[in-house]
Amino acid sequence: MHQQEIFSGFSPDRANLLPLLHALQDNHPQNYLTGEVLKAAARHFGVSLSWIYGVAGYYSMFSLKPRGRYIIRVCNSPVCNMMGSTGIIEALGSILGINAGETTPDGLFTVEEAECLGICDVAPAMMVNRKVYGNLTHESLGDVIDELRILKNEPE
Amino acid sequence: MIREKRILLRNSGIIDPWSIKEYIDSGGYSALAKALDGTPGNVVEEVISSGLRGRGGAGFPTGVKKQAAAGRSAGTTSYVVCNADEGEPGTFKDRVLMESNPHLLVEGMIIAAFGIGAEKGYIYIRGEYRDSIERVQNAIDQSYEKGYLGRDILGSGFSFDLEIKYGAGSYLCGEELTLLESLEGKRGYPRIKPPFPAERGLWGKPTLINNVETLANLPFIIEHGSSWFRSSGTERTPGTKIFSISGDVKRPGSYEVESGVILNDLINDIAGGTRNGHPWKAVLLGGAAGTFVPYSFSDLSLCYERLKERGATLGSGAVIVVGSDRKLIPLMQSILRFFMHESCGKCVPCRIGTEYIHGKSLQMTGAGFDTRIILLEEIVNHAREMAKSSLCPLGQSPILSLETLQRHFSETLARE
Repeated sequence: MHQQEIFSGFSPDRANLLPLLHALQDNHPQNYLTGEVLKAAARHFGVSLSWIYGVAGYYSMFSLKPRGRYIIRVCNSPVCNMMGSTGIIEALGSILGINAGETTPDGLFTVEEAECLGICDVAPAMMVNRKVYGNLTHESLGDVIDELRILKNEPE
Repeated sequence: MIREKRILLRNSGIIDPWSIKEYIDSGGYSALAKALDGTPGNVVEEVISSGLRGRGGAGFPTGVKKQAAAGRSAGTTSYVVCNADEGEPGTFKDRVLMESNPHLLVEGMIIAAFGIGAEKGYIYIRGEYRDSIERVQNAIDQSYEKGYLGRDILGSGFSFDLEIKYGAGSYLCGEELTLLESLEGKRGYPRIKPPFPAERGLWGKPTLINNVETLANLPFIIEHGSSWFRSSGTERTPGTKIFSISGDVKRPGSYEVESGVILNDLINDIAGGTRNGHPWKAVLLGGAAGTFVPYSFSDLSLCYERLKERGATLGSGAVIVVGSDRKLIPLMQSILRFFMHESCGKCVPCRIGTEYIHGKSLQMTGAGFDTRIILLEEIVNHAREMAKSSLCPLGQSPILSLETLQRHFSETLARE
């Protein structure tokens, strides 16, 4: 979608600030907020660039650097941690060859450690973009990654 | 053998969450019609006499909150805000409510708004809950089409607009004043309290903030009356409560039971007992910002009054079960890492303190018995100072789990 169309969907009411940043980030193929977008958002709401930058930098779902097409957010909060999330993060690291916070060189996957995702009934759990994967094991994790590699060319 | 008592979750998994027709056919929106037939004062009175207490963690009487907001909103703009920023580790009941029966929340919001005379409402949902956002948005759209939202609702002369806003990953925004900051498009930093939201809330106007589960109770209280509501639960914690049970149990999940349920009955009868069949080692009640209890508390009745007597908390209803074969030090470290990550940095004691006590907890791993006892003492003392010198519940929370760990498990921690 063209950036201008996204802006026109949100009135300059500041209650729209977070939702607009989400929409802008989701629209970018690399799932992040560019400097240019932040400036445009500051103009849209009539606030300073430092305000927008402060907001974008505060919330963990926003990124100021390019990320992969699939954002893998592994919950590492107390319940998931107790049920084995550290092993899941390590296993992901060896499958993808990256650490938490990094993106694969092909630009397909970014792994992030997340705080409680509210899916503790299926711990250890993770989200890939907006989809939840729970009761993870090393085996099921491999299957998920294989599936995503196959799906990569299809629209979500 | 106890069983679930499904009131709020009565239709969850039964009706289609995308269909307003199925919600109406199952009796939905009739409480709204009943409320609109009476006066706003009737709504507030009914909620006060029901004794409903906020289900978001603090347990504050909902009717009193409503009365405070209603009293201040006369002749001025006021707001009703739903706190759906469910981020407490181990808590996932609001997600289940929103995903399985979003119209119940929408109806509860409209009733609350009528009670306090608010013309505008927001549901602030955490950004990670994409399914909840979509389903509640759909429910709002359908509700507008049917005339339950918008101008002159059901010919009553009362008008109310409702919108969803969402967060972007911040535990702190679940605290009501921080939530308002976020809703105003700012960083999630806590505000100084007082003034309370009922006095100066969103955009400086009187604001009623309630949790999802609290609001979802309103249609039933209006429909069946406060004495019906008081027929379940305990005297000072009437009604049902949705518990989120996780950890080492056979059937983790969200379960609705009468308030005052016995802890072990909840774990054994409802959640299928522990995974390995042995008595549990500890239960963390209320999530990371909650309290640890040992097995000698298995007969504990889960209601605010009994919990308080025994130095425990209920929070938003998280029950994290720790099996007999687990160690507590890694869990403690994980809790402290969580607070370190989520501290916003506004208050220095919390910013530095959460990092410091987490570091100290890591030192416990390789240490011997005596050193562990000393480290735990240091951690608890620091957390206590931090609680005194921090503005919001984040800096005030770690002491709860730490103090109860020290009280009930210091030997275990030192030996494991």
